[in-house]
Amino acid sequence: MSFVANDYKPEQPPPRKESGALGWARANLFNSWFNTALTLLALYFLIETVPPLIRWLFIDAVWGLVGPDVCREADGACWSFIRLKYRQILFGTYPFDQQWRPLIAMILIVSVALLSCIRRFWQPWMVGVWIATLFIYITLLGGGVFGLRPVRTELWGGLPLTLMLAFVGIAVAFPISVLLALGRRSDMPIIKAICVGYIELIRGVPLITLLFMASFMLPLFMPSGVSIDAVLRAQVAIIVFVSSYLAEVIRGGLQALPKGQYEAAHTLGLSYWQMQRKIILPQALTISIPPIVNTYLGLFKDTSLVAIISLTDLLLATRQSFADPEWRRFFVEAYIFVALIYWVFCYYMSKYSQYLERVLNTGHKR
Amino acid sequence: MTQTKWLAAAAAVALIGFSGSYAQAQTLNQVQDRDALRCGVNVGLAGFSIADDQGNWTGLDVDYCRALAAAVLGDADKVEYVPLSAQARFTALQSGEVDVLSRNTTWTTTRDAGLGIHFVGVTFYDGQGFMVPADLGVESAHDLSGAEVCVQTGTTTELNLADFFRANDMDLQPVVFEGFEESLNAFFGGRCQVYTTDMSGLAAIRSVDAENPEDYVILPETISKEPLGPSVRRGDDQWFAIAKWVNYALIETEELGITSENVDELRENSDNPGVQRVLGVTGDLADLLGLENDWAYDIVSQVGNYGEIFERNVGVDTPLGLERGVNALWTDGGLMYSMPIR
Repeated sequence: MSFVANDYKPEQPPPRKESGALGWARANLFNSWFNTALTLLALYFLIETVPPLIRWLFIDAVWGLVGPDVCREADGACWSFIRLKYRQILFGTYPFDQQWRPLIAMILIVSVALLSCIRRFWQPWMVGVWIATLFIYITLLGGGVFGLRPVRTELWGGLPLTLMLAFVGIAVAFPISVLLALGRRSDMPIIKAICVGYIELIRGVPLITLLFMASFMLPLFMPSGVSIDAVLRAQVAIIVFVSSYLAEVIRGGLQALPKGQYEAAHTLGLSYWQMQRKIILPQALTISIPPIVNTYLGLFKDTSLVAIISLTDLLLATRQSFADPEWRRFFVEAYIFVALIYWVFCYYMSKYSQYLERVLNTGHKR
Repeated sequence: MTQTKWLAAAAAVALIGFSGSYAQAQTLNQVQDRDALRCGVNVGLAGFSIADDQGNWTGLDVDYCRALAAAVLGDADKVEYVPLSAQARFTALQSGEVDVLSRNTTWTTTRDAGLGIHFVGVTFYDGQGFMVPADLGVESAHDLSGAEVCVQTGTTTELNLADFFRANDMDLQPVVFEGFEESLNAFFGGRCQVYTTDMSGLAAIRSVDAENPEDYVILPETISKEPLGPSVRRGDDQWFAIAKWVNYALIETEELGITSENVDELRENSDNPGVQRVLGVTGDLADLLGLENDWAYDIVSQVGNYGEIFERNVGVDTPLGLERGVNALWTDGGLMYSMPIR
């Protein structure tokens, strides 16, 4: 006589109520009266909003190339407006028959940007590639050589301008901000004072003020006849602004490093720059990736502020596209279109930063 | 004490800067050297300055720029348009970014006397009005007490509205919007019973944005004066004179019946001494202005006279659909009056 079981009981499937979609819903959506109420409320809002939105966006929308009269009759979105005006939105006031030039320039700069995301291409010669790319970019837009018709920078507009302001801003502001951050933590009083002064002065001023100063106040102080290009002035203002923000972000990364890292580097007999380049900055910059990307996303969208100084960036070009009274009621469609463009770029940057964090995370997971 | 010194130094630097820009008395030479006129226009305002999807600018303000370029450079197409926001427009003119500001700007004392600019004349007499749904049954702006009025914030429109209601002892309930599109949507969506902006804008909104224009009426009262005109920097009297007389030439040619159609024929054959003087057949008016003899001929042949410009951009056959009204010639009971070109 034995009371010890010799074999296992056959496995039973979990109760129907606890498993599968139903179980998940019970556990997560209906586990208390409060959550049940929230779930029902959310469902109600989804049912109220999603189908009409889809109907407006796709089913009732006007897709053909038709005039404003047809769109006014329709219940849905008027994508015909985008099809008619997309070149004005994308290229702004750039001369119509020359718009292949900014198109090529954009394809070029976006491809180079994508290539530089691949780790295999993180080589010193990439700096040369970038300088060459920017040179070609500006030559393509500006013309005046190789038989290209000259185009004044005031006419540059739309996405090519936004991309240029953002990419050049990102590329140039980064080294400046690293130097500023190091300078702020430096032991040398004059350098420290200059860096602190610069950062605090620029950070204390809205970007719009800097742009305004650069565009309209600066010429007042220049001798007559001397003028600096408007786009260049805006570009410099953006670089100056972003580098001060970025410097503080990087300083945060520097401060997060334990003091032992510095002491270890000193013990090894490394010089200041060797220490920064090989020990400190690689770690500090890796830590600061999320806030750096944050700043870059902000910069990308802040470029739309150049509209205030009469540069036709993507957003202003969009506003111009529906200034036409026949079409102005379709401004929502235009905004959706540019929102999509902004989103694609920002989402990619954000995704790439997550990838970078994973790749560069060498055992410091916190 | 030190602070005062710093302030004085800063003021001195600023003064040097300003005097530097005032010293540019040679706008005409600069424009001719550049072979292009830099003209500040609106970013996009139907009928006044608007770029189409191919980047061509049209509009009443734009045509003034074209006329000025025709007079100075002999070619109306030699204009570089600089779209300016409302905030940036005066600084852009003062700093020399643009040679002339032609951007639906109301001529007021503050602006004329306080901003370092000169208004050269009036190209369009506008005024603020009200639009209401027809089924509201209102026939006069004086019946609007207590009504909710949709208005854009930060404009003189908002101030005029408050002035009008206070002056007539009426109860105002403004519904204020930042953007133009939002304010329109609110009005047509029934958020407010009254919409107010400039008369020229109301006419366009009624004909273009309303589902059914007959459902809306524009009330007869004009509650403010909005004389819109181009302006130039102070300190260059020659350029001021040119800009002023280009405006007069547009009106004078209409008065004399010179149009872009008949200008060639009139230059050859007209016996009218007024026509001959304007078109440079006789006299040396152009020398006094520092221009070529055919300045007014270039204007009319390439841009047209004021009447043609008006009809082309804001007239009854355009989306704005405006009658000449106060913008008719003085001989037709309007306010458009040119000083004699002689």
